[in-house]
Parts: sequence; C-alpha cells; structure tokens
Amino acid sequence: MGFEWIVALRFLREGGLQTLLIIAGTTAGISVIVFISGFLGDLQRDLISRTLGVQPGIIVRPAEEIARPLRNEGGRALEQVQARAQRLRSVDQWQALQAELDGAKGIRAVSPVAAGPGLITRGDVNKSITLTGIIPERYVAVTRLNEKIVAGELRLNPGDVVIGTDLAKDLGVTLGDKVRLSTPTSPGDAYQVRGIYDLGQRNLNRAYAYVALPTAQALLNLPGGVSSVELAVEDLFGAEQLAAMLQARVPHEVESWMKANSQLRTALNNQTVMTLMVRFFLALVVAIGVASVLIVSVVQKTKEIGILRAMGASRGRILRVFLLQGAWIGASGAVLGSACGYLLTLVMGNVLRADDGTPLFTAQFNPSLYLYTVIGATVLGLVAAVMPARRAARLDPAQAIRV
Amino acid sequence: MSPAIIDLRDIRKTYNEGTPVAVEVLHGIDIAVRAGEFACLIGPSGSGKSTLLNLIGLLEWPSGGSYRLKGRPIEQADDDERTRARLETLGFVFQFHHLLPAFSALENVMIPGLMRNGAFTPEQRRNATELLAAVGLGDALHKRPTELSGGMQQRVAIARALALAPDLVLADEPTGNLDTHTADDVFELMRRFNATKNTAFLIVTHDPRLAARCDRVIELRDGTIVGDAPRQS
Repeated sequence: MGFEWIVALRFLREGGLQTLLIIAGTTAGISVIVFISGFLGDLQRDLISRTLGVQPGIIVRPAEEIARPLRNEGGRALEQVQARAQRLRSVDQWQALQAELDGAKGIRAVSPVAAGPGLITRGDVNKSITLTGIIPERYVAVTRLNEKIVAGELRLNPGDVVIGTDLAKDLGVTLGDKVRLSTPTSPGDAYQVRGIYDLGQRNLNRAYAYVALPTAQALLNLPGGVSSVELAVEDLFGAEQLAAMLQARVPHEVESWMKANSQLRTALNNQTVMTLMVRFFLALVVAIGVASVLIVSVVQKTKEIGILRAMGASRGRILRVFLLQGAWIGASGAVLGSACGYLLTLVMGNVLRADDGTPLFTAQFNPSLYLYTVIGATVLGLVAAVMPARRAARLDPAQAIRV
Repeated sequence: MSPAIIDLRDIRKTYNEGTPVAVEVLHGIDIAVRAGEFACLIGPSGSGKSTLLNLIGLLEWPSGGSYRLKGRPIEQADDDERTRARLETLGFVFQFHHLLPAFSALENVMIPGLMRNGAFTPEQRRNATELLAAVGLGDALHKRPTELSGGMQQRVAIARALALAPDLVLADEPTGNLDTHTADDVFELMRRFNATKNTAFLIVTHDPRLAARCDRVIELRDGTIVGDAPRQS
C-alpha cells in the first residue's frame, strides 16, 4: 500500500485549500456529532440523577399478594375477585439476598430499607411522610444522600432523624429540634433533627424522614424486616436488563428506575431518537461533502490518473488511492472533531446552569466515544469515497491523457 | 538479428464498433520493433499515429490482428496483465510532459520504482539522481514541475520513462511543444540513451527534420503503413 498511501497523501496536499475546507467541514460535522453524543450522555445521566433524587437503580420488594379466585365444585372460578390490599411486608430472607447481591456483577451497592407511611409532628403541625429506615453507610453508596446534606450530618443514632429542607421549613424546625414521628401501627416518639438534606425538588424535600433501620422497623412494625432492598447499578441505562435477569432469580418483585419512571424514560428515549437522527443526517452531510470533493478531485486529476495508469498503476491501485483519501479525510476530521467536540462539551458544561445555579451536567471524558468516532468516521470517509474511487479507476488511460 | 520487442500483425482498430457510425482507423498494420532500434512514426494528422502508439502502449485494445510483446501474445490480455506489461516493458514520453505536479522532479522519476516496490528506496533514489544528472538536471532534483521550463520537464519525462530500464520507450511528439534548440537537445538525449542503454525508441513526430535523424522511418497514411525503411544516409 506504499504507493497508494504516498500518492493519496500527495493528492490531498496538492488539493490545498480544497483539502483544508473538506477537513474543516468534516471536523465541524464530527465535532457536533461528538458534542451531541457526549452532551446527551452527560446530560441524561445528570437529569436522571436530579429527577430520581434518592431513587435507586433497581429496587427489590416483596411480591404483591394476589387474591386467588375460589372455584366451585364444578371447577368454575367465581366471577368476581376483589383485589387484595397490599400490607407492608418484609422482603423474605433479605439478609441472604443482600449477601448474594453484594459484589454481584453489574451491582455497585446494596442497601436494605424499611420504609412506610408515617406522620411527623411538631406542635400542632402534622405532615405525612415516608418514614425511611436506613443503614447510612450502605444507603449513601446507593443514593449519595450524604452529598445532599445541607445542614448537620447523616448520622442516625437511635432517636435521630434527618429531614428535607422544605419539611424543616414547614415544621419550623432546625438542627437539634425535636419532632414526633408516628405511624399507623405505633404512637411513636420524639426524635432530634440531626441533619437536613436538599434533593433539589420541593416535593422530595417534604417526602422522606430518615431514621436508623432498627428505629423504622420498630415504628413500622417490621421487626427485623425490610420493605425493600435497593441497588445501585454500574450501568444506569442497563438497569432494565439487569432487573429482568434478577427477576428470574429471586421470588420478589424487581423494578428498575426505568419502569418506575416510564414517562422520564419515554422522554429520554425520544431525546435519544431525535439526537440519533440529527447525528445521522450530520454524518450523511459529511459523507456527501467528502464524496463531492473527491469527485471534483477525480475530474481535476484525470490527466494524472491517466499518466499513472499508463505508467503501470492498475485500476485497483487507483481505486485504493481515492479510498485512502476518503478514509484519511474521515480519520483526520474525526480526530480534530473529537477534540473540538470535547472542548465544546467542557465549555457548555460550564455555561449551562440549572435553576439552583449548579452545572446542568458534568462533562466526562469518554475514550470509547472518541475511539468509535474515529473508527466510524474513517469507515464513513471510506464509504463516501467508493463512488469517486470507482469512477477514477474506470477512467480510460488513453482518453484521460488526452484531456 | 535481435528479437522483436513488439510484433504487430494485421492489427485493425475500429471505433464505435457494432454501431452505424463505426469507423476503422487502422487497416491491417504490420510492424515490429527490435531491441536497440531508434524508429520514428510519421504521417499527417488523422493518419492514426496516436491510435497506433496507444495500441502498442497497451492503452487501447485492437479490434483485430495479433500483437506479441516480447514473444508473448498480449492482444487478448486483461487489464491487469496489460498494466503489468506496461510497467515492466514500456516507457512513455508524452507531448505535454505529463509530469505529476504533486511530486518533485526526483520523485517523478522514482514513481515507476515506487509502483514496482511499494516504497521509495535508496536504490531508486540513486538511480533517479543519476538519470536526472544524465539529462542535465542534477541541480533541479527537488524542483516541482511548475518550477521547470518545458524543455526541462520533457527531460524529466524522458528520465522517468527510462527509470525501470524498459525495453521500449514510446514517445508521442516529445518535441512537439518545444522550440527548435530545446527539441534538438531532447532528441539528442533520447539518441544517447538509445546508444548507451540499448533501449529501443518509437517516436511519433511531425518534424521531418527530426525524422531524418532516426534510424528507421515508418510512414502512416489513412491508417495504413505506406513506408517503412531505414534512414537513407
């Protein structure tokens, strides 16, 4: 391929401004593709993180209790079956499940949770909450609640509670104040506000009151039990498949964040499809640009192609000279475009802000994205060059020299 | 007598074959060129000189007849075989120099070697440098074709045609675009290589002055050879 490479690169160099312009065009197109891909991934990850708040990637709950229809003597089912009320129950054998899931493939962290309805009271103000009993060190590994603490700390001794900023405001409490926690099954007791969190959403900041797991078990009448086992997953977007695999192995209900937030998933899917279309059409424009420039180049270099053919260059060699030009334009545009795209992601990551003033997304360096971009763009350039290359290879040398 | 490099028998060429506008431009050409010959092909415009040169140079296919290149039938060979034969056996010099503008004079002369070996080798570089020195361009090795005069470009083209020591150089009006003095220089150069390297030359020319200095003059008229004789001293 020495001959082909040398001639291809010389032809491109000889192209001068024409070559620079097509590489610039390819770079621009690919930098937008890289930017959209990186930006979308980072944005979706951050959006999910913000929207889900303290929701885990996967949640394992006791399977729903189902009322089975009675059958009469003839074996016929009774026509009307009343759906059974779902009482708060513990995940059966949750300690064994936790031990099995700890360190399992694709699972980053496991946290048992005892959660149920409760009431938080201060003076004559009552607010309904989800009373959530956790083991802090396990829970933060799943939800990173510790990063959301804005006052106090996430330390849950018996008698401690951590609540959200809005709930604290509604109750008029601050760190060290006492509140009463009660549930339908327990008159409850007084607890001291040990920490205050801010999940960035008002309804979430009013929803949860965190206590130590044994406290919640006592208040919710779940002695030694947990209402769910929450899992953090390695691949957020692979949670659905992992949940399905897990569902096949355990006799519990396994739900991914995607299933629990189907509207969010639909929105994200639509966003992905739209950006996929944008990326596809950008790639198409790049390919058409490369093909156009190479077709012009074939016309401009008709005489040179004729000379090379007359001197002993085969059709195959001429074909490869132009294919390599396409591949080189694609590869160099991809390298430059990846760099520009990453820079653009960094800049936009600093410019775009959420309502609370924090960056809307955090730009991440994704080597596989750039590797796939370079490979993809090289193949794209190669494919775009097929038509011009075939045209060049088909030139009749005798006619080409006469041009 | 040395063996024939090219041996054409009853060669015919028809354009637009099989159509109502078919026209036969070469009518049964018999021609052979042997090693070390210095022949020219003359004839008026439209007599079929360039077509015959293209056929000999394997750039076009004959419509009929037989063509042996170094004893091997080549008239039915496929494109790859003909391309290989061009690289190994023939050298070309065109009227308008036809150097590759993206390459220096030295690289232009090294291109046939690049085609054969897939890389620029030190040996090719040495050979090309010697050839360019032999054509008087030892100090213009790294100049681009656009930086050279017409005569200099034609010298580079001759050096390039000789780079792989071909058996036969086909030159189509190599001096047609040059002034008389430069044309004489270029012609003498070809004569010198013919004498020193025993390379055969077949030169198409309109210039009777130059034709008179060739060893053999082949005259073509209306697609037929009407004269083929050694130069009369």
